[in-house]
Amino acid sequence: MNVLVNGVVTPVSSDATLADVLAAHGVPERGVAVAVSGEVVPRTAWASTPVREGAVVEVLTAVQGG
Amino acid sequence: MGDPLVIGGREIGSRLIMGTGGAANMSVLERALVASGTALTTVAMRRLDAGGGPGVLALLERLGIEALPNTAGCRTAAEAVLTARMAREALGTDLVKLEVIADDRTLLPDPIELLDAAEQLVDDGFTVLPYTNDDPVLASKLVDAGCAAVMPLGSPIGTGLGIRNPHNIAMIVAATAESGRPVPVVLDAGIGTASEAALAMELGCDAVLLATAVTRASDPEAMATAMRLAVESGRLARGAGRIPRRYWAQASSPAVE
Repeated sequence: MNVLVNGVVTPVSSDATLADVLAAHGVPERGVAVAVSGEVVPRTAWASTPVREGAVVEVLTAVQGG
Repeated sequence: MGDPLVIGGREIGSRLIMGTGGAANMSVLERALVASGTALTTVAMRRLDAGGGPGVLALLERLGIEALPNTAGCRTAAEAVLTARMAREALGTDLVKLEVIADDRTLLPDPIELLDAAEQLVDDGFTVLPYTNDDPVLASKLVDAGCAAVMPLGSPIGTGLGIRNPHNIAMIVAATAESGRPVPVVLDAGIGTASEAALAMELGCDAVLLATAVTRASDPEAMATAMRLAVESGRLARGAGRIPRRYWAQASSPAVE
C-alpha cells in the first residue's frame, strides 16, 4: 500500500507501523515531530501506531526562522 | 541580574529576544547571537526534508540559548494549534510564539484566528507568546485569554519601518500593567536600527524581539551588539524617568546678573 510522507508517495508493507515508515525515510528520533492525518503522534507511540492506505504523514523539525 | 524578564514564571536572561531567519550562514548567525547576548531565540517548524538550515537547534543548545518555536506561515487557528503541538513534541518545550498571518503582502496577524488559537493553546497548557497587531483592544483580549506575554508589532515583519504608532504601544503597555494579569509586553517586528529598539523600551516594553534588522544588516555582529546596548539603554532611560517635554526653552545655566 502507499502512504504520503511529507508529500511523497511512499510504498510500505500492509502491516507497517508508523515507526517502520519513519525508519524507511531515515527520520531521526530526536528533534522531530510527526503527525498522521492532522494528529500529533508522540514518539513513544510510533511503534504501536499502524498506518492505513493513503495515510498523510507529516514530519517536521526546527529550522532557522522568525 | 537584578531585573530579569520573567515570562510564564521563567526568568529569561536577556531582554533582547532574537530570531534566526535571514542569516547568510550558521557562522554569521552564531556570531550575531553571541553578540546580542540573547537567551531566547525563535525557530520555525518545517518539513524535515525541506532544507532551510538544519542544525539550528544544535547551535542554540551549544550557545545555551533557549529555543522559542513559532507558528510562522500559519493562516488559521487550526494550522497554528497543530504546528504548536508539533513544536512541543519536537523540542520538548511548552513555549510558543503564536503567529497567525492574514496574507503574504502585509504578514499582519489575523486577529480573529489569533485569539481563537491563543485560547485553544492556553487551554492545552502552552505558554503562549502571541505576535499581535499594535491594537490595545486585541492585546487586552489576549492577556485575558491567559497569554504569557503580548507581542505587538512596531511595523510589518521585515520592513525595518520602526515603530509606526508609538502611542498605541504606550497604550498597550499601560493597559497591560493595569490589567489583572500584568504580563510582559514584547515589541515584535519592524525594528530597523538600534534607536528603534531603544524607543520600544522607553515606551515601556519589557523586551524586544527582532531578527531581520540584525541578520540582514551589512555587519550582523556589530548590529547585534548595537541592539543589545539599545535595549539596555532604553530600559535604563525608562526607569530613570525622562523630563517632561516643554514648549519653550528652560535655561540650564544660572541667569546673568
